[in-house]
Amino acid sequence: MNPIIRLRQIEKVYRMGSEQVHALRGVDLDIARNEFVAIMGASGSGKSTLMNVLGCLDQPTGGVYELNGLRTDRMSAGQLASVRNAQIGFVFQSFELLPRATALRNVMLPLVYSRRLWLGARRRALRSLERVGLADRVGHRPNQMSGGQRQRVAIARALVNEPSILLADEPTGNLDSRTSEEIIDLFKKLHAEGQTIVMVTHEEDVARHAHRIVRLRDGRIFSDFTTREDPIHGEYLNRMMQEALFAVREKDAERAAGAPGAEAAP
Amino acid sequence: MILVRLLLQTVVLALGQIWSNRFRALLTTLGIVIGTAAVIATVGATNGLKAYMLSELQSFGARKVFIDGDVPRKMRGRMSRAQVELKMEEIQQLIGQVTTMETFTPLFFGSYDLQAGQTVLRSVQTLGIWPEWHEIEARYTTMGRPFNRIDEEQHLNVCLVNDKTTELLGLPLDPTGEFILIGGRRFLIVGVVETRILGAVFGGQEAQAEVFIPLSVAMAMNPQRRFVNFLLGNLKSEDLAEEAKQEVSVIMRRIRKLGPDEEPTWQVGVVQQVIDQVNRVGSAITAGAGGIVAISLLVGGVGIMNIMLVSVSERTREIGLRKAVGARPSVILMQFLVEAVVLCLVGAAMGLAIGYGLVYGLSTIPGSPLEKASVPVWATTLAVGFSAFTGIVFGMFPATKAARLNPIEALRHE
Ligand SMILES: Nc1ncnc2c1ncn2[C@@H]1O[C@H](COP(=O)(O)OP(=O)(O)O)[C@@H](O)[C@H]1O
Ligand SMILES: [Mg+2]
Repeated sequence: MNPIIRLRQIEKVYRMGSEQVHALRGVDLDIARNEFVAIMGASGSGKSTLMNVLGCLDQPTGGVYELNGLRTDRMSAGQLASVRNAQIGFVFQSFELLPRATALRNVMLPLVYSRRLWLGARRRALRSLERVGLADRVGHRPNQMSGGQRQRVAIARALVNEPSILLADEPTGNLDSRTSEEIIDLFKKLHAEGQTIVMVTHEEDVARHAHRIVRLRDGRIFSDFTTREDPIHGEYLNRMMQEALFAVREKDAERAAGAPGAEAAP
Repeated sequence: MILVRLLLQTVVLALGQIWSNRFRALLTTLGIVIGTAAVIATVGATNGLKAYMLSELQSFGARKVFIDGDVPRKMRGRMSRAQVELKMEEIQQLIGQVTTMETFTPLFFGSYDLQAGQTVLRSVQTLGIWPEWHEIEARYTTMGRPFNRIDEEQHLNVCLVNDKTTELLGLPLDPTGEFILIGGRRFLIVGVVETRILGAVFGGQEAQAEVFIPLSVAMAMNPQRRFVNFLLGNLKSEDLAEEAKQEVSVIMRRIRKLGPDEEPTWQVGVVQQVIDQVNRVGSAITAGAGGIVAISLLVGGVGIMNIMLVSVSERTREIGLRKAVGARPSVILMQFLVEAVVLCLVGAAMGLAIGYGLVYGLSTIPGSPLEKASVPVWATTLAVGFSAFTGIVFGMFPATKAARLNPIEALRHE
């Protein structure tokens, strides 16, 4: 089967005056339908740049990008906008909701610019909000909602145009760990429903739920494994396991020491 | 289809945007409000004044030409008025030669005591006229009959009076057939002439007693005076005003045997030329108003551009988001252009309201010559059109700026 995303030797050079910053230095990547990919890497390794290229928000300075068999790397700003509108759902770290608009209005926004889907936009938006579990918050404004709810509105907005790929750049970066888990659970559910997802994260704990981990270093792909086979992730899991075991042993030891230890404490 | 839908949505969006910043929007559009109000009020008032003057002039007789003796400025004091006034022989020659005019009447002013029974009216203006006077002045009889050629040629002692004379002399409501004494002579009243009062601007005043007698009779009553007060005539058509003036000038020079560098001893007044003058002044004022609106729209436009730049900068993130979810640059361009245009139109609407209010206010002042003041459709259309145009012109730069924003950089703003 043809991949949804096919990147060949993608390069991105930022020019800052006379200086050049090589954010991506030849990235080859295929992503197939219904994959759930985590993109990881240190800060400044090029994750966001890659996501912006994938999301057609930015043009690579070199290489070939095919989205559903369509070359996008030479498209004009207008054509890219149409591609984003029809094929891409993008979730930002900082939600990016319109502050004065209700959840429903925010979710409807992409359909305003859609040639295809504007008929019944409201119904579609409601259904999308239902999918993310916010059917009872359609009339709320962003400032009347928690961070997790806001991000779910943003996800509903990303889904409303039935994108072939859902892109999320550190979607849990602004959320506490419990809320992060809710969002990840939502991603898992969407993935189970058939949604292709690419997500940037720097937390192994978040990446754990993806099926594949692509690691970037200095603008290059440094490793690309399924989550189960990824050695770094394996190490992380081992460490977690040991920490958990250690914690259990500590508790046992405390219990063995008995009440006197407790009394000694002030 | 998509364009119409987007346009509608954009207009709603723009109105919402303006409403949420209504105080700022009001200040911004002040230039446009004032400009529109000024142009509407000026054009409305000018139109009213013009309509008033023209209708007065029309009732005065648009085709009317006055020919009157006149002492040239240089000759003041060395020449008497009696020397230059038109004589009957001159009038006969002039009428015989002039081709641009038809129907004439000399006017011969006199002042006599009137008497009916025991009632006496002192010094009533008595006009000697030809029967053509009725046509030239468009003043006909409401009772009895007008003058005719026989009255003139037979020197009949007949007269026409107006209502006021009838009233003051205590004559019956229909005075035709009654006899009155004019300067001691016995005259038969043959008709009643309607009274015409001119507007205040033209020296109109309360109706006065008037009496009319045949010119030949009037001249016979004052035999030592050999000249008339002036000659009235009608143009053959309204577009002959200038031609008639020149023709009369040429003929009069011949009659009075003036050399080419001698100053004319008469003057010719053509009502149509006054009308043309009024029209020209009206157009000039309107053009001036156009200038006002152009300047204030320019000033207003700069304000609009400024506020739109602020708006683009404040909403950079929003623009970034809209682009990220698929708004094409052209749509963003349209959004901000529409906002600028809507802003201008809101200003224009307020200006129109104020302007119409002013014009209405002026037109309701009792006795004002602006009673007919009204705003012509073209002025409204022009004001609105120019405002929209201003929005497009001055909104273009900020809108282009917004349309060219890179979505990622826009989202990183602040
Ligand atoms: N607009 C830009 N102009 C210049 N340099 C940039 C720009 N965006 C990113 N970079 C640089 O490109 C590199 C990769 O950045 P980024 O993709 O944001 O990394 P990450 O998301 O992995 O932290 C960094 O060195 C960053 O400084
Ligand atoms: Mg990043």
